[in-house]
Amino acid sequence: MDLATLQALNAARTSRRAAAVFTDLETDQSVLCVEGERCADEWIDAMTAALRSGKPGMIMAGGRSLFLNVYLPPPRILVVGAVHISQALARMAAVAGFDLTILDPRTAFATAERFSGVELIADWPEDVLKVRPLDRFTALVAVTHDPKIDDEPIRAALAAGCFYVGALGSRKTHASRVERLRRLGLSDEAIARVRAPIGLDIGATSPAEIAVAILAEIIEALRRRDILSGSEEPR
Amino acid sequence: MQASTDTLDPLAVAEAWVCEGRQVAIATVIETWGSAPRPVGSHLVIDGAGNFEGSVSGGCVEGAVIGEAADILETGKAKILEFGVADETAWRVGLSCGGRIRVLVERVDG
Repeated sequence: MDLATLQALNAARTSRRAAAVFTDLETDQSVLCVEGERCADEWIDAMTAALRSGKPGMIMAGGRSLFLNVYLPPPRILVVGAVHISQALARMAAVAGFDLTILDPRTAFATAERFSGVELIADWPEDVLKVRPLDRFTALVAVTHDPKIDDEPIRAALAAGCFYVGALGSRKTHASRVERLRRLGLSDEAIARVRAPIGLDIGATSPAEIAVAILAEIIEALRRRDILSGSEEPR
Repeated sequence: MQASTDTLDPLAVAEAWVCEGRQVAIATVIETWGSAPRPVGSHLVIDGAGNFEGSVSGGCVEGAVIGEAADILETGKAKILEFGVADETAWRVGLSCGGRIRVLVERVDG
């Protein structure tokens, strides 16, 4: 691999874009394809398949034996709401290997003291998402209980194809949320992707237990779904 | 977003090393059979002094890969190494988990 390819690959990874590298094992020539950038016609099909499956491996193309490596952005969690559940979730997510960021415009909640060591942004989600857009490799967890804060990031997460969108609230609360999301112009199919009540049904009661249920549900969404196409894999 | 800081990223390390003027080889697991400790696509990067970052096995064959890398850094010719229980050398260097792996080792050319 030449340095320019390595640098371009690292730049794509840093900016959270999926990338694939084809290496011809005869000549040791490498070709890089980055999601959202132009890619030579001969590579498009293999690139699409690789990004969909996320699986690297040997492929045959044009009678040549190639190694295809796939680089998907690491999954991250964006939590809307600097609440008690988020305090527990932030600690557990770090152990499970997820990057996590918390957004909450309510400065009384979003204090460094309550969230030591966690990336915390005390601002409105719509302002933050303008400069830090959501992507398919992000899980959105909305837990403020306040439609003024939760609804817009939920809408944005569904539009961006986030691999997980969960929202706190009872079935009744969610029913009124569904109505509001419809008024925002979302299809029923998109709205059905919102996990609510949030978290796997393990009878969780305390904030920490609910955080376990949410994290487990995020892991399930990540591992059982094709995070690029959004289609459910057979169980 | 915060970068995960619990492990260094081998490809970022490789780029930093090359930019410091060090010679660098990248080893990549390209195929596995049976029980292999690191999945296809895993990287180990090695410099001319034998410093390394990342892994292609659970520590079983890294020593042998690093040894080969010295050669590859010199000649610039990529090589595919194979380790497995059927291979006496590999057994000696210890891929005792019962699997087989193929590793591509290539030099980063500036």
